[in-house]
Amino acid sequence: MDWKSSAEAVIIGAGIVGVSTAYYLAKHGVKDVVLVEKGTICSGSTGRCGAGIRAQWGTEMNCRLGIAALDIFEQLDDELGMSIGLNQGGYLLVAYTDEEKETLRKGMLLQNSLGIQSRQITLSEAREICPGLAAEDATGFFFHARDGHADPFLTTFAYLEAAKRLGVTCHRNTTCTGVTVRDGAVRGVETDKGPISAPIVINCAGAYSQDIAAMAGVELPNWAERHEILITEPVAAGVCPCMLMSFSGNYYIQQRPHGSIICGMSPDGRPEDHDNGTSWQFVEKMSRVLAKLLPRTRGIRVARQWSGQYDMTPDAQPVIGETDVKNFYHSTGYSGHGFMLAPVAGKILAQHITGGKPDIDFTMLDYRRFARGEHIMESNVV
Amino acid sequence: MSTSPETKEKIYVCRCEEITLEEIDEWIDRGYDTVDELKRVLRVGMGPCQGRGCQDIIMREIAKKTGKPITEVAPMRVRPPVKPVKIGLLADGGEK
Ligand SMILES: Cc1cc2nc3c(=O)[nH]c(=O)nc-3n(C[C@H](O)[C@H](O)[C@H](O)COP(=O)(O)OP(=O)(O)OC[C@H]3O[C@@H](n4cnc5c(N)ncnc54)[C@H](O)[C@@H]3O)c2cc1C
Repeated sequence: MDWKSSAEAVIIGAGIVGVSTAYYLAKHGVKDVVLVEKGTICSGSTGRCGAGIRAQWGTEMNCRLGIAALDIFEQLDDELGMSIGLNQGGYLLVAYTDEEKETLRKGMLLQNSLGIQSRQITLSEAREICPGLAAEDATGFFFHARDGHADPFLTTFAYLEAAKRLGVTCHRNTTCTGVTVRDGAVRGVETDKGPISAPIVINCAGAYSQDIAAMAGVELPNWAERHEILITEPVAAGVCPCMLMSFSGNYYIQQRPHGSIICGMSPDGRPEDHDNGTSWQFVEKMSRVLAKLLPRTRGIRVARQWSGQYDMTPDAQPVIGETDVKNFYHSTGYSGHGFMLAPVAGKILAQHITGGKPDIDFTMLDYRRFARGEHIMESNVV
Repeated sequence: MSTSPETKEKIYVCRCEEITLEEIDEWIDRGYDTVDELKRVLRVGMGPCQGRGCQDIIMREIAKKTGKPITEVAPMRVRPPVKPVKIGLLADGGEK
């Protein structure tokens, strides 16, 4: 592909966040956008994720983002002209203590007040949704039928193809090595293939965004945290038709449309590195959870395991907005929920950059909240 | 994805996921010219054979269409080959 040495906007990182942001910018009139990706498309967290989508959140901001994202996901096939593999089997949240049930119930009331039709259900109702579920030790169940999951690759490629049709270009295998700042404003980027000048630069580098921010002299308190995940051989549908998730139980489990079961859990401690390493301890622990919770999985074989990085912030909420450097933006820090938020995150940032009023006011997601000590604590995260 | 008329003979490159040469060519033309990206978009090589049956053909096709020497086409990233062990065994074996 021909090298583009100037553009209206440069986006660093072609994961789901960068690609959706490129699409919405182009849709809002900024068509000459260049995506710079050090590897291939989806080589970062996006291609390694569980791709769950939910609106059952514990803070108003996440609820608003979550339901707005669902609205977008539901019509994305038509908008982008390609199937994204959306599957809405609902999310079934499981509480194991009275305290956790109370937290989830408060979350549900908040969700209901914002138009999210989540509800508390009984064990027998939970069993109808997820046959064979063994959770007699649980204290409560919460369900939202519109939640689900999509194919992370197809979703990213669908956005990318639609963006390319609008004029966006993508330089793969191109590493951003510097961010050019003059007189307090961003002027472009340096890459290993040459410089690109641009009046707008957006940092969508996921678990590497703190490094990109530092290139412009901006400090981001983000860090990369390794999370493991596995997939089984494909089996007949119906083993886990919903996304089964528990925060205290520390698991999420779902069956993909082609029959494989994908599941993961949070690591012990904080494995803080960029190494996508895997461990047998994870496979054993995850298997114990599966065998207890869904006894019929005992006869199913584990096929592959891998890991990816959560792009963490001190309050597990994203960082979206302009920085102290004019026209240098962040859209990052999505920890374990960047896939589901990417459609809405891309849209509202594009609306803001092009001078419109964003569908959702995201000023509270400014990165300077950390320095001010204004963390927005979210309870509903694994 | 395939736009060919039914009459045109289909050449299956990946038998596990039933992906044709035509589909692979289409996506290479769109710029998805690495084995990893083709795997992500078409699931080629993700089936039971894990690419043993199709990877060489795909790499040759990429080389042919991009004009790159085959030595410059990277093979698939290999995910740790977990021995396909049953969850029940893993769960019991790990019990301490
Ligand atoms: C195991 C696991 C399970 C998950 N499950 C879910 C889930 O169920 N639901 C959900 O919503 N989210 C989930 N997530 C989180 C989700 O994957 C991320 O939040 C999301 O993919 C972030 O997208 P991104 O585009 O910001 O990051 P990425 O996909 O990581 O993209 C960033 C890109 O920037 C590139 N880059 C970095 N540095 C440079 C540089 N210097 N120059 C050029 N390019 C650069 C990288 O190569 C990368 O491709 C999960 C994550 C993991 C690891």
